[in-house]
Amino acid sequence: MSNPTTPTPTESQAVGGSINPPENKFTSWLTHVLSDLGKNGIFIALVAVVVLFSILTNGILLRPQNISNLIVQNGYILVLAIGMVMVIIAGHIDLSVGSVAAFVGACSGVFAVHWGLPWWLSIILSLAIGALVGIWQGFWIAYVGIPAFIVTLAGMLIFRGLALVVLGNQNIGSFPTEYRALGNGFLTDVFGEFELDPLTLGVGALAILAIVVQQVRSRRGRIKYGQEVEPLAWFIAKLVLIAAGISFFAYALASYKGIPVTLIVLAALVLIYGIVMNRSVFGRHIYAIGGNRHAAELSGIKTRRVDFLLFVNMGLLAALAGLIFTARLNLAGPKAGDGFELEAISAAFIGGAAVQGGVGTIGGAIIGGLIIGVLNNGMSIMGIGIEWQQAVKGLVLLLAVAFDVYNKRRSGR
Amino acid sequence: MRKSAIVTNNILEMRGITKTFPGVKALSDVTIEVARGEVHAICGENGAGKSTLMKVLSGVYPHGTYDGDIVFENETVAFRDISDSEEKGIVIIHQELALSPYLSIAENIFLNNEQTSRGLIDWNKTNHEAQKLLARVGLRDNPTTPIRQLGVGKQQLVEIAKALSKRVKLLILDEPTAALNDEDSDHLLNLILHLKEQGITSIIISHKLNEIKKIADSVTVIRDGQTIETMPRQAVTEERIIKDMVGRDLEHRYPDHTPHIGEELLRVEHWTAHHPQDTSRVVVDDVSITVRAGEIVGIAGLMGAGRTEFAMSLFGHSYGSRISGKVFLRGKEIKTRTVAEAIQNGIAYATEDRKTYGLNLIEDIKRNISMASLGKLERAGLVHDNEEYKVAEGFRRSMNIKAPNVLVKTGKLSGGNQQKVVLSKWIYSDPDVLILDEPTRGIDVGAKYEIYTIINRLAAEGKGVIVISSELPELLGISDRVYAISEGRITGELPIEEATPESVLTLMTMERSR
Repeated sequence: MSNPTTPTPTESQAVGGSINPPENKFTSWLTHVLSDLGKNGIFIALVAVVVLFSILTNGILLRPQNISNLIVQNGYILVLAIGMVMVIIAGHIDLSVGSVAAFVGACSGVFAVHWGLPWWLSIILSLAIGALVGIWQGFWIAYVGIPAFIVTLAGMLIFRGLALVVLGNQNIGSFPTEYRALGNGFLTDVFGEFELDPLTLGVGALAILAIVVQQVRSRRGRIKYGQEVEPLAWFIAKLVLIAAGISFFAYALASYKGIPVTLIVLAALVLIYGIVMNRSVFGRHIYAIGGNRHAAELSGIKTRRVDFLLFVNMGLLAALAGLIFTARLNLAGPKAGDGFELEAISAAFIGGAAVQGGVGTIGGAIIGGLIIGVLNNGMSIMGIGIEWQQAVKGLVLLLAVAFDVYNKRRSGR
Repeated sequence: MRKSAIVTNNILEMRGITKTFPGVKALSDVTIEVARGEVHAICGENGAGKSTLMKVLSGVYPHGTYDGDIVFENETVAFRDISDSEEKGIVIIHQELALSPYLSIAENIFLNNEQTSRGLIDWNKTNHEAQKLLARVGLRDNPTTPIRQLGVGKQQLVEIAKALSKRVKLLILDEPTAALNDEDSDHLLNLILHLKEQGITSIIISHKLNEIKKIADSVTVIRDGQTIETMPRQAVTEERIIKDMVGRDLEHRYPDHTPHIGEELLRVEHWTAHHPQDTSRVVVDDVSITVRAGEIVGIAGLMGAGRTEFAMSLFGHSYGSRISGKVFLRGKEIKTRTVAEAIQNGIAYATEDRKTYGLNLIEDIKRNISMASLGKLERAGLVHDNEEYKVAEGFRRSMNIKAPNVLVKTGKLSGGNQQKVVLSKWIYSDPDVLILDEPTRGIDVGAKYEIYTIINRLAAEGKGVIVISSELPELLGISDRVYAISEGRITGELPIEEATPESVLTLMTMERSR
């Protein structure tokens, strides 16, 4: 009788034999660089788009004023993209965000202009309405079990309709200054007038410091727990690149009007939601549900609750996007939020989210949104009409997802 | 097409059929002869190769992917796909019925064989012809009734009517009564006999021995991908079939295990669960079991006997409706109404279908292991990733998961290693009782041995382990005590010393008195 304790050798080969290439400093360096480039393909795509349009616009794209505009003009899409990518990771979709943004914008107009409530109270009430909308949609999706596509398609019509009802066939305009700052305010000149705003430069420097400290601590932690880390030289090179990028960005803002309020809101959201998705138990549950809903359920994850909270969150962010948009235009109108949902969904998918769920990142969605923003902005500067802009954006979305599908098929999944 | 030299009275001969999958020989030189106009039963344990054989016959595995000859009606045939074999009059009805629930009975019967006139569907003809076919199978429902309004028994009859519409000569039924109640089963068996009188030959794959005795003219037993013997009706006895089905070497496949059995850990009393949709159908019927510390308890049952349904309904009411019964852990009653509650109360359930229900295949080993116990790694709402990595690495080593590190996606692992990840996940949740449903399904012999060793280790640590398995030798090889379940009821309990394959199989196939 043969002794079956020794497992068959085929087992170990199942995970691939190329895991341990010959140890060599240079090749290990190279594999790390290549794997990072592969993982950050979307980031490289953004850089490529930026370079392309800088050339096509004779450098106008990277002028300080335009960089500032890029953030302010796309802020609301980026806010929506954060919520949208989370919804998509869990395997859902939300078609209603544009209508919800319009509805909440209209409500805020009633609060701040018609009723003359203080700006902060108007904002809080508007966000609460967004949360209520999320509760409404989350209830149907999570607890009644109606597919999100249907519920939010209905929501798209319902809230567009309600926005018109609230507006009563007219635009609501001229919001208080503090309210408008959300969309086009800048944090600047607190230290007096300078050629380069010192506050902006200081914040830029702080951001670089924070990233360096966080990266070094994380690297130390990994080493302490015996995990593999990238070569020191590449680690430092990456930090230098990041620092250079932030410096350039801070310089551009400082030489224009300073830090846009929208950017502060966005930075806070990216930080908070980045931590939620990467590190929190709730974030893990979202990925687990998107990857395999059955397995998540049988692991004790309360899938309905997670679904529900995701849509409440989406409602809240849609409200915030609506506020930013209204503040920027200084007007709550019937056309507000038109097509926002499509740009937010595109941003998430261009940023690497998977249609089947389970895959995607906040950072990816932000970069996806920036790519769309640069395309919009660059083509506008070049004087390309809105019709061609639409077509090009559609093509980019298709190619981005096709590339993703191709990549997955190649890696054999 | 070459004519076979000898003309016989056999409608079908399969000669020397060998079918290999990568790494596994599923069928080895199987020969079977079916006489014209008989009912021929094929018996064998789960995994013995019955379904593979039928897939070879019906063209699911096309000619050229297997060795050996198929002679149908004295003619050597080479089917490329199912429609080839159906054209010759061979129709297979699978265990999972292949009907479209939203189409009517008539539409289903004539699916891909639509009754048309001048290119358009002739609804009068469709419904009229369907009516005639339904009459032949003894179904009086209106042919325009949607399939989803019919019970499983009637759906089975629609499948047979569909087969008749294709001028079937050889009808193959794969465990046709597994999901049926007694009345429907009787009706179906009588129908098979009735069709026999009309000259239709049937092959019936079944575990149910009294059913076989009732209708089969001859019986072929398959074990480990080989034909053991074919016996005529007169020679059929339950003892002989059982002996043929299980007669294999049981030694040295299982690691040594000296039980140190302590006091009672888990007691389940009067557990009853109904079908989730058909809430009047009892699927788990008044099941009471106990598990003691350090004990490995086997649950033996045929497919569809209610084993998985019992386990899943117990584990957070993950299956079924109208669930009742009591669960005690160390003598204290516990609730298991949600999965989270069940886990919290010390119960773990590793599913029989790890790819669909057990793993997140697009995530890495680390995150799969921590999935059910993130609370342990949480500090102020955040997951401590480095700690998580350390825990997962620990399991990778102790469970011998073959991967270079824990960041490998579980979708890339072999079946055995995937199963070790699932077990790691549940061991990390630190349960008192682990329910392992088919823990070695679809994994190779070496990995099976490792899984058995892990099970023994869990028992040695004082945990209670419930093992559900279709492989009787496995169950007897590793358990300390065995329950048999049939038609949702516990039909017997045997200490391992008294459990022989024959005695357990008798209990497993025990049916309600008719």
